[in-house]
Amino acid sequence: MVKLPIYMDNHATTAVDPRVLDAMLPYFTQKFGNAASRNHSFGWEAEEGVDKARNQIAGLINAKSKEIIFTSGATESDNEAIKGVVEFYKDKGNHIITCVTEHKAVLDSCRALERAGKASVTYLAVDKYGMVDPGQVRKAITDKTVLISIMYANNEVGTIHPIAEIGRIAKERGVIFHCDAVQAVGKIPVDVERDGIDLLAMSGHKIYGPKGVGALYVRAKGPRVRLTPMIDGGGHERGMRSGTLNVPGIVGFGAACEIAGQEMHSEAVRMRSLRDKLQAGLFERLDEVYLNGHPTERLPGNLNVSFAYVEGESLLMGVNDVAVSSGSACTSATLEPSYVIRALGTNEELAHSSIRFGVGRFNTDEEVDFVTERVSREVKRLREMSPLYEMAREGIDLKAVNWRA
Amino acid sequence: MAYSNKVLDHYNNPRNVGSFAKDDPRVGTGVVGAPECGDVMKLQLRISDNGMIEDARFKTFGCGSAIASSSYVTELVKGKHIDEAMALKNTVIVKELNLPPVKIHCSVLAEDAIKAAIIDWRTRKGAAAAGAAKGSGAEQRNSDKSAQR
Repeated sequence: MVKLPIYMDNHATTAVDPRVLDAMLPYFTQKFGNAASRNHSFGWEAEEGVDKARNQIAGLINAKSKEIIFTSGATESDNEAIKGVVEFYKDKGNHIITCVTEHKAVLDSCRALERAGKASVTYLAVDKYGMVDPGQVRKAITDKTVLISIMYANNEVGTIHPIAEIGRIAKERGVIFHCDAVQAVGKIPVDVERDGIDLLAMSGHKIYGPKGVGALYVRAKGPRVRLTPMIDGGGHERGMRSGTLNVPGIVGFGAACEIAGQEMHSEAVRMRSLRDKLQAGLFERLDEVYLNGHPTERLPGNLNVSFAYVEGESLLMGVNDVAVSSGSACTSATLEPSYVIRALGTNEELAHSSIRFGVGRFNTDEEVDFVTERVSREVKRLREMSPLYEMAREGIDLKAVNWRA
Repeated sequence: MAYSNKVLDHYNNPRNVGSFAKDDPRVGTGVVGAPECGDVMKLQLRISDNGMIEDARFKTFGCGSAIASSSYVTELVKGKHIDEAMALKNTVIVKELNLPPVKIHCSVLAEDAIKAAIIDWRTRKGAAAAGAAKGSGAEQRNSDKSAQR
């Protein structure tokens, strides 16, 4: 019998790996020094821990350790990358290229710059699988373009963008390329050299590390990328991000990266097989289930599907011993259904019916079986209660109905 | 978001789920909301000639609070006269189910569904009477369809 509740929302966050926690613990009570204290052993110990983590993190993405800047998380990294570049290179240009399915940390940073009159932004559309077309990126570049910001893999539908191709285009045209790689790092191979990435945002808690710590990779050579800092102070992190380092968090983040580097390949195989089993199980038991995202170019643990005629939040409520997430408006603060699902051209009703499963390191085969059964049963129950399901079965074309909203 | 116990109860044990035969002249059907808004409620009331609501059925596509609101109103209106049901305000539903501000639209939809069902019953009754006078049931079937829409 499986232990309930089951956590299957690993795009939102992940549990800290016990090995990561073990690495962190000494840094709370024994090696608690300030990594910036240069004149005693407490400071040296802390600095050693930070240096090791910097190496571990750099190693995972084929960067040099001095190119890693620690932040409070990927939201800060995205903000710093986008606002820092626009500010620093304002004499060169003011145009940003990004895409409509980016994380809010990227989109809202761009919007803030637009509102302040500091940048003009091109938001590229995506295809029905959520993928950006590198040809469109190339076409959007102007002589004013200072930054391209495209995520590695989408957090909702898991679609992996053609990053290396976009990186090549950015290089050719001499435009800085920022990549929000929060969902990809540690899950699939990310290589800043192969992929031509100049700035890269990552986060600790998405890869079985702690919350409250992230990093920004800043290319040092070919080209050397410069940023205007947003947080001023003691000049930590080569002046790009002041503030006392979160040493235990950083140590944990480093340990998480090292584990991910060692286990990524075997883990990806396992994640993919659990995910495929879940997908096959749901499609077998239910009719009118639609996959959101790319059928193959997708993160190994991601499954985003719409169960037609069933509203997402009501389904989450029905499977309350399984933690998954929904693109339904009712689960969001804005009362709008997922902008990512809608950007794929999916109709609004199906956007309301979308559920995201995020299979992770600690999920088991038995859990996948349980979730498959539990979700299928609840979808069937809710469909029996759904006027839309009834109408569809009567042959009524729901699109032709004149709804009284 | 935490749900009130009453919402959970109606969601887990919804009252009066189902459909009446649409061509039953005693039945009024109200369909409100839209799929793209994430809420569609279908409420059916079986009403006696003197306007008493004898029975009710619902089907709802929507969040847990929408399902609970429609389940609750089927209980609420049963045994009431249509004049009384027409006067029901969504605030009764909000209070009973302890709905948070973001879910108030669910109660509004339920109130609209009651009104739509009663209006449909009245319209069809009028049409049936007119149809009977003319000796034809065609108009009644047409109004069936528009009620569904």
